[in-house]
Amino acid sequence: MRKLLSRSAVQSLIASLLCVLMGLFLGYVVLLFINPAGAWGAISAVMKNFLNYSRTNLQLKNLGNTLVKTAPLLMCALSVLFAYKAGLFNIGAAGQYVVGVCACLYAALNWGWSWLPCLLFAMLAGALWGSVPGLLLAYCNVNVVISGIMLNWIGLYGTNLLLASVKETTSPYTFHLSTNAPQAILPTAGLEKFFAGNTRVTIAIPLAILTAVIIALVLDKTRFGYELKATGNNKNAAKYCGMAEKRNIILTLFISGALAGAGAALLYLTDFEQWACTASSVPGMGFNGIAATFLGGLNPYGTILASYFVQHITSGGAFVDKTLYCSQISDLISSLIIYLCGFVLFIKTSITAGLRRSEEKERQRLAAAGKGGEEK
Amino acid sequence: MTLLVQYTLIFASVLMLVALGGCFAEHSGVINLGLEGIMVIGALGGALMMRYAPATLPPLVLVLLVLLAAAVMGTAYSALLGVACINFKADQTIVGTAMNMLGTAGATVLVKAINTAANPDDVSSTIQYIEPKKSFIHYIGSFEFNWFMVVAVIALIVAYVLLYKTRFGLRLMACGDHPQAADCVGINVYRMRWAGVLISGVFGGLGGICYILAGVSEWKFENGVAGFGFLALAVMIFGQWKPQRIALAALLFGLFRALSNVYIGFNFLVALNIPGTVYNMMPYIISLLVLAFTSKSSRAPKAEGIPYDKAVR
Repeated sequence: MRKLLSRSAVQSLIASLLCVLMGLFLGYVVLLFINPAGAWGAISAVMKNFLNYSRTNLQLKNLGNTLVKTAPLLMCALSVLFAYKAGLFNIGAAGQYVVGVCACLYAALNWGWSWLPCLLFAMLAGALWGSVPGLLLAYCNVNVVISGIMLNWIGLYGTNLLLASVKETTSPYTFHLSTNAPQAILPTAGLEKFFAGNTRVTIAIPLAILTAVIIALVLDKTRFGYELKATGNNKNAAKYCGMAEKRNIILTLFISGALAGAGAALLYLTDFEQWACTASSVPGMGFNGIAATFLGGLNPYGTILASYFVQHITSGGAFVDKTLYCSQISDLISSLIIYLCGFVLFIKTSITAGLRRSEEKERQRLAAAGKGGEEK
Repeated sequence: MTLLVQYTLIFASVLMLVALGGCFAEHSGVINLGLEGIMVIGALGGALMMRYAPATLPPLVLVLLVLLAAAVMGTAYSALLGVACINFKADQTIVGTAMNMLGTAGATVLVKAINTAANPDDVSSTIQYIEPKKSFIHYIGSFEFNWFMVVAVIALIVAYVLLYKTRFGLRLMACGDHPQAADCVGINVYRMRWAGVLISGVFGGLGGICYILAGVSEWKFENGVAGFGFLALAVMIFGQWKPQRIALAALLFGLFRALSNVYIGFNFLVALNIPGTVYNMMPYIISLLVLAFTSKSSRAPKAEGIPYDKAVR
């Protein structure tokens, strides 16, 4: 038991579960304040998500819908994770995601590109957008968080401006891909059969999971990953060892941006959503990605599970009784969870300290027993 | 032209208030990235006060009550940052980000619940304050004078005196530059950092209510405050963490933000035929450029962002 508890992965898991439980509990308390009668119903509706339907067919279809949105979330989470390993907080993932949306929809609808070039174009756009804060940090010492936020808003307004040329005349939404650019829709590769014919379920989901595996391998098994983590742990030490820390910073944010941009393409090229050219706030995908990253204990595999969980409760928000609460309670819960993730370090050190204390006691007890034995 | 001056002054007031808040937190050694969330919660406090205060109150009392509500809510909310980052040594970036998301989500949930309870068909997250807003405004000719311009000037003077002319301010700055040294001479670093964070909550809350009263007479809480908390941090960096320079920086940024509201009033700007969206982008682009040129020689407090641990030497 003690051996198990002292393992870092187990500690991370315990800390994450504690964060989730505490987050749900605090969310419940907030709901109790607003309206005590429906609080439990609302929390359980959020937790059930697609299980709110009674028919298996609908359940499967909605599980599919949740997965469709998990893929981009996972990509955003990986983007945040990859940068965080190098000590960079990529809050600009949200903006890189938006720019990715712009690139893939513009290429698909205006130029009639097919899905693969669209996806690559979105990655490139996200990567370039991501490398701006990288360059600013490396050469001008600008705080990444602040430049990231600024670029989020610039990206949002820019996207609204550019996509206005491919929007429906009577609504603020961009054209449906299925009617105007069917060549750009991601192939399903037969996956829809598992989800009651939900054709939104595409290769996006396996691609996202594959990316998580690749990221894990790059971080653990390559020289670049090692340099990246070294830079994250101590920038000056890395520089002293001859690592090109400026190049690493820019390259990290370039890749991080590409991941977020690809995430956008994985959602918008399924035609699951249209972009509203009147959007006045940056989509939550990038910010939820932060939640998933930290909840996943900063581990690519953990991030897969955490992304699904975050998307599960976000989608579950739609099932809340609208006469009492609004769907944003799931945003509330996920933001509470991120807040609590700040305490992960504390939880881990407490576990370690607790273990050490009990070991100490054990040793003293043994010593006392041994002494007693000698006296006899 | 008066319109441009008016909007510049009001947006500059917002930025100045929030940037001064950030300045106090950073001088104590804590990076307050949660200013955006603090603004939202402060705005919520003020807006709820305007909604529920009896209409018969004299204008001055109403103004003071609204300011008080915003400041109290902002301070209470900033305690979340204090607990996590000072007592539990959490990562200040994560906690700040969480606070921004929590602020917007929490305010939306609360306001929607209040609206739906009052009228089951109303599922918006909007609070209206057309009548109470009039208490804040005085017309001097066509110029719309807003009490917040006075509040911002007072805040500037208070911040300057507090930081440079009192024992408290000098101690606060010592905690941001070299907490170990401050501890050696008997200053309680934890208490000083708490003070810095709570003061930033007061200023942030005031800035929040000021922001939603600038120009509009209703606010949709789903929208948050559109990155203003971060613009204020850019102002603070451009102002090199000094109140008097922050004031000038705030005026510059306020001007660019105001342009997006009033560019239609200028014939030569309309003649350029630039889409309105570009003006919306302006403050953010300008702040990026400004940061690029000023961050190199940054005079940031040396120990900011590093949790203070007594046991570490």
